[in-house]
Amino acid sequence: MAANDAVGRVERPGLFRAVAAAMAAIAVALPILGGPMADGPAGISPYFANIIGQIATFALLAIAVDLIWGYAGILSLGHGLFFAFGGYLVAMHMLKAGYVYDGVTPDVMTFMGWTELPVHWFGLEFFPYALILIFALPGLLAFAYGYFSFRSRVAGVYFAIITQALTYVAMLLMFRNDTGFGGNNGMTGFTKVLGFDVGADSTIVGLATASVVITLGIYLGCGRLMRSPFGRILIAIRDEEDRLRFLGYDTLWPKLAVWTLSAMIAAIAGALYVPQVGIINPKLLSPELSIEIAVWVALGGRGALAGAVIGAVLISALKFWLTGFAPDLWPFILAGVVLLIVITLPNGLLDLRLPRLRAAPAPAGGAASGAAAEVGQGG
Amino acid sequence: MAEMGQQQAIQVDGLRVSFGDFVAIPGLSFIARYGEIHGVIGPNGAGKTTLLDVITGKTRPKAGKVLLDGGVDLLRLSEPEIALAGVGRKFQKPSVFDALTVRENLELALRLEPRSIRAEILNWADSRRASRIAEVLNEIGLGDAADRLAGTLAHGQKQWLEIGMLLMQRPKLLMLDEPVAGMTEQETAHTADLVRRLKAPDRAVLVIEHDMAFVEEIADRVTVLHEGAPIFEGRMADARANARVREVYLGR
Repeated sequence: MAANDAVGRVERPGLFRAVAAAMAAIAVALPILGGPMADGPAGISPYFANIIGQIATFALLAIAVDLIWGYAGILSLGHGLFFAFGGYLVAMHMLKAGYVYDGVTPDVMTFMGWTELPVHWFGLEFFPYALILIFALPGLLAFAYGYFSFRSRVAGVYFAIITQALTYVAMLLMFRNDTGFGGNNGMTGFTKVLGFDVGADSTIVGLATASVVITLGIYLGCGRLMRSPFGRILIAIRDEEDRLRFLGYDTLWPKLAVWTLSAMIAAIAGALYVPQVGIINPKLLSPELSIEIAVWVALGGRGALAGAVIGAVLISALKFWLTGFAPDLWPFILAGVVLLIVITLPNGLLDLRLPRLRAAPAPAGGAASGAAAEVGQGG
Repeated sequence: MAEMGQQQAIQVDGLRVSFGDFVAIPGLSFIARYGEIHGVIGPNGAGKTTLLDVITGKTRPKAGKVLLDGGVDLLRLSEPEIALAGVGRKFQKPSVFDALTVRENLELALRLEPRSIRAEILNWADSRRASRIAEVLNEIGLGDAADRLAGTLAHGQKQWLEIGMLLMQRPKLLMLDEPVAGMTEQETAHTADLVRRLKAPDRAVLVIEHDMAFVEEIADRVTVLHEGAPIFEGRMADARANARVREVYLGR
């Protein structure tokens, strides 16, 4: 059983390319159908473009979780933390830029009665500086936490619980009004992003297109990385970490590298998400989001980036559609989907294409079964 | 070559291991020599696996010395460092990377100089790798299965693949923890054959086993452990004749 499960977690090149092609097609179609041809029969409304853009950031978030969970076998229930980290930083950038360049007083100042922004907002009006922080701060946080956890060999469910706890702590911190991050109201009232009016249709379509393009780029880059020796080392850590260690690999560094990379990708996703929804508040740090990300990846299929993207797109599209008319049903539907997947498809939708492998009897004795070899190559 | 045969590959001296109040090994001294296959047998709880855990750095002893090659103090090294120093360990349950192919499993096991993860990644396409991999595939009899996912192999094949991974590293000390547990008769015979071929003048093979017949077939020398202490060392045939051994182990 365990063996078959691991064998099911293999990226299929055809599926990987199909998902990449679909993303590329959307990236090309979006600015055309959402721009000059928006009023045509196949036109995309700004509302719909915005939803596509949001879903793209969710797909990126799922890619981040799949790297660490699907490939390296380390479950994180705290990726909402890094997502929100990127989101808060970009929100602060937009508010600070609006305040400095356009004289728009952020709500957070009015609310707290501040005459100037706190010191940690310093310099955030400069986009390059904000961008560096979006990469560096979540990366450093992940590195520090990962270093101490992995060095002490904290693994499995213990690691997952601590990531969840860390995210919860961050949520409690962000709920406080005096920390200078907007408290439970969060931050909203963004006016411009990189000099463009956030409410304009062209900006909405532009942000959505940028989200798809960046997600596609990271998807391709990560796919390449996972096919490299580094990716194989991660798979080996997932399947038999002790074996790899006794082959002379210090597994601390590959784990730390992928964990930090994963956190940074999640932060980028958050930084793309917040300008599109126009608000950030501590709700992103609640356990729901972090768990939902794991559900996306589990549904689509761990260990295949294509699976993660498909899972994120399917579930969030379903959520957008359902919350339109039956928001109360969503938690039950999500829970039902989770149960169904856990029971019937341990590797998510990826299992659907593997009936031959699952049906193949374990070859007995030393004789190599030709049929099994064929399936092995088919993966 | 001949004088190598008498050299000590691993020397364990005055080893004492305890977990809390439980003393697993009260005091164990033990030597395995190059060019020999050395069997370690004993009833459950005799301290066999604990001995392997100490040599590979998984368990730290309370007292004693463990020297590789007469001079390398293994107790000062981490697990990966011990592996790189030349100690290979085959786990009791087959431990291979299921989602990688047989070839990729062997590739991961091959460490070329300089030995660092960065260097591994940069030198992946080194031509020395391919020939070494072909050699080992042939040796473990999995040449036809090179491109299959390891997870689809039969139990016995996985065991051989794991032994192959250790061979890639050209270990000075190769330790096999119950290599034939759960194998069919046919697989056991193949494994005995494979283990005999592992014998090399620059290598000591340490086999931990319950299966006495298997040990008798492959081992040049056996050590019988009882409650963490050796009660016999010599040829297997003599062990069977030894009264103390019969009492604690054979005569049950």
